[in-house]
Amino acid sequence: MSAYSITAPSRRSKLVAATLVILYTVITLLPLLWIISTGFKTGPDSIAYPPKVVFSPSLEGYVNLFTSRTRATNEQLAEMPPPANWVDEIVQRRGEVITGPSRFGERFMNSVIIGFGSTFLSIFLGTLAAYAFSRFRVPLKDDLLFFILSTRMMPPIAVAIPIFLMFRELNLNDTHLGMILLYTGVNISLAVWLLKGFIDEIPREYEEAALIDGYTRFQAFRKVVLPQAATGIASTAIFCLIFAWNEYAFAVLLTSGNAQTAPPFIPTIIGVGGKDWPAVAAGATLFLLPVMVFTILLRKHLLRGITFGAVRK
Amino acid sequence: MPRQTGKTPPAAAPRRNPDMAETPIDRLARNTPASAARRLRGLSDRTIAWLFVTPTILLLLAINIFPLIWTIRLSFTNYRANRPNEPVEFVGLRNYERILTDPDIWHTMQATAHFLFWTIVFQVLLGFALAWLINRKFRGNDLVTTLIVLPMMLSPAVVGNFWTFLYEPQIGLFNYAVEFLTGGSVPASSFSMLGSVTLAPWAIVIVDTWMWTPFVMLICLAGLRSIPDYIYEAAEVDRASKWRQFWTMTVPLVLPFLMLAVLFRGIENFKMFDLVVQLTGGGPGDTTLLTSIELKREAFEKWRTGFSSAYAIILFVTVFGLASIYVKALNKVKER
Repeated sequence: MSAYSITAPSRRSKLVAATLVILYTVITLLPLLWIISTGFKTGPDSIAYPPKVVFSPSLEGYVNLFTSRTRATNEQLAEMPPPANWVDEIVQRRGEVITGPSRFGERFMNSVIIGFGSTFLSIFLGTLAAYAFSRFRVPLKDDLLFFILSTRMMPPIAVAIPIFLMFRELNLNDTHLGMILLYTGVNISLAVWLLKGFIDEIPREYEEAALIDGYTRFQAFRKVVLPQAATGIASTAIFCLIFAWNEYAFAVLLTSGNAQTAPPFIPTIIGVGGKDWPAVAAGATLFLLPVMVFTILLRKHLLRGITFGAVRK
Repeated sequence: MPRQTGKTPPAAAPRRNPDMAETPIDRLARNTPASAARRLRGLSDRTIAWLFVTPTILLLLAINIFPLIWTIRLSFTNYRANRPNEPVEFVGLRNYERILTDPDIWHTMQATAHFLFWTIVFQVLLGFALAWLINRKFRGNDLVTTLIVLPMMLSPAVVGNFWTFLYEPQIGLFNYAVEFLTGGSVPASSFSMLGSVTLAPWAIVIVDTWMWTPFVMLICLAGLRSIPDYIYEAAEVDRASKWRQFWTMTVPLVLPFLMLAVLFRGIENFKMFDLVVQLTGGGPGDTTLLTSIELKREAFEKWRTGFSSAYAIILFVTVFGLASIYVKALNKVKER
């Protein structure tokens, strides 16, 4: 027997492999852990040298994220009533007063509305189209994958130019509806392609049996195919959601005051004097965490989505 | 179930499903002669097909095809989106001519090529190595794979913005790590990854590699797992060396997968915008001015809509052409 075999690796080769991979994992996760930990640091702790790994946690970043504040003079501070709750306490300790809520909550909600809205629409339209592509003879369906690839070859900025003009004519600039339609348009070709793959795997015999039993085509679709495709639909939905959630280029160009989502907003968070990294990190944590959780839950279905269905496991 | 007074032959009536309510349409369907019913059902399949596909096609036309046509049209004009009331002049191929002879545009192409080339080199090497190691199937490899994949699922803009903090001289974690690993001979405050003309092009390569190596890894892993064990067992019997097994079996069999990964990364990085615009915004100077960032400046800051439309078309044709050639090569490798 040689040093290792590819089909049955020896203990030692497994150990070496595991050590190297875990080393990479730790290095690659450091920036993410740094985001999460910076969110719980105070301002001075976040910019300490050498970088602080051990620190006393504080909710300052989160308070700053959700409020807008102004610096108070010493006289104003002296006149102020004693802090009513822990939020006031954190703010007053730094010599600031809260002037109102920040825009983060609003931006986050915009991300939720646009993300879920476009996902729902992509899945609704995509499932219908995928079923038709899978079961009926529809012209052009063989070119679909190449079409998907080619629509993704346009840089988003290039697409944004005519979309911007079109939305201006239709009064859709900076609206939720406009962004939902846009993200659906971008997502739908991928959604159709992925869903078609899932529906192809459901044996036609199931529906044919249902048709013989007196179901109409539509009933067979609704009561036989949809339940069978549920897993595929769910994982496609997550991919549409993650795309819409993370998208930046369209959002930064086509939204500003009303429908701006979180990705263009988070980098613009600033504190009372200069960049407030704990607040940025807090916002980033809240924004990234749902995706991390989904990724971990969805790990088995990941590959097909990220390779546009080109690799099936 | 109440039966209709029947002219229809009972055999033609489909068996009813008890949980469905009787509607006028059902009754009509039951009363149709068998031959007509067959025709109607055939028709209704086609109707359903069109009904199901039409909304998607319309949306694709509105969001993907129509804008492309509009861009082509705009590219022959001197239209400026910030002055919608000015008369629009048809300028023929002048925009194209100006772009192709503009030294600045060629400079951004060079910056993009540097970014594209090195990110692909690093990601292929690292991604393949990782996949190869993970394929040893040590305990917990599933969990580790999931953790490695995390960076690529996150918002590039948000993560890219945070990397500017890691790259801060003096206080940044990256600079501190460099100081620590070099034993203090390169102090953290002595260099600025994003501020230096020589380092900035590498700073964006590092972040992109950090983010997208998992993608190449996942595809390579799928490739490695698709190789059946018996091939290696046969090689073992023939006493082929490990080195030979690796180069004559593993690499050629994974190559189509690897090429697919390179295709996807190539297309994505050619149009790279969000990550780099957050990291450097194209600076310092124009050392990291990738084509997409330049395009954004032309279209949405200088508002040269016609000019930037022509630029967009040139980019699209470039990627499309390169990708088509590449896909042909990929198919050849697959056939081998």
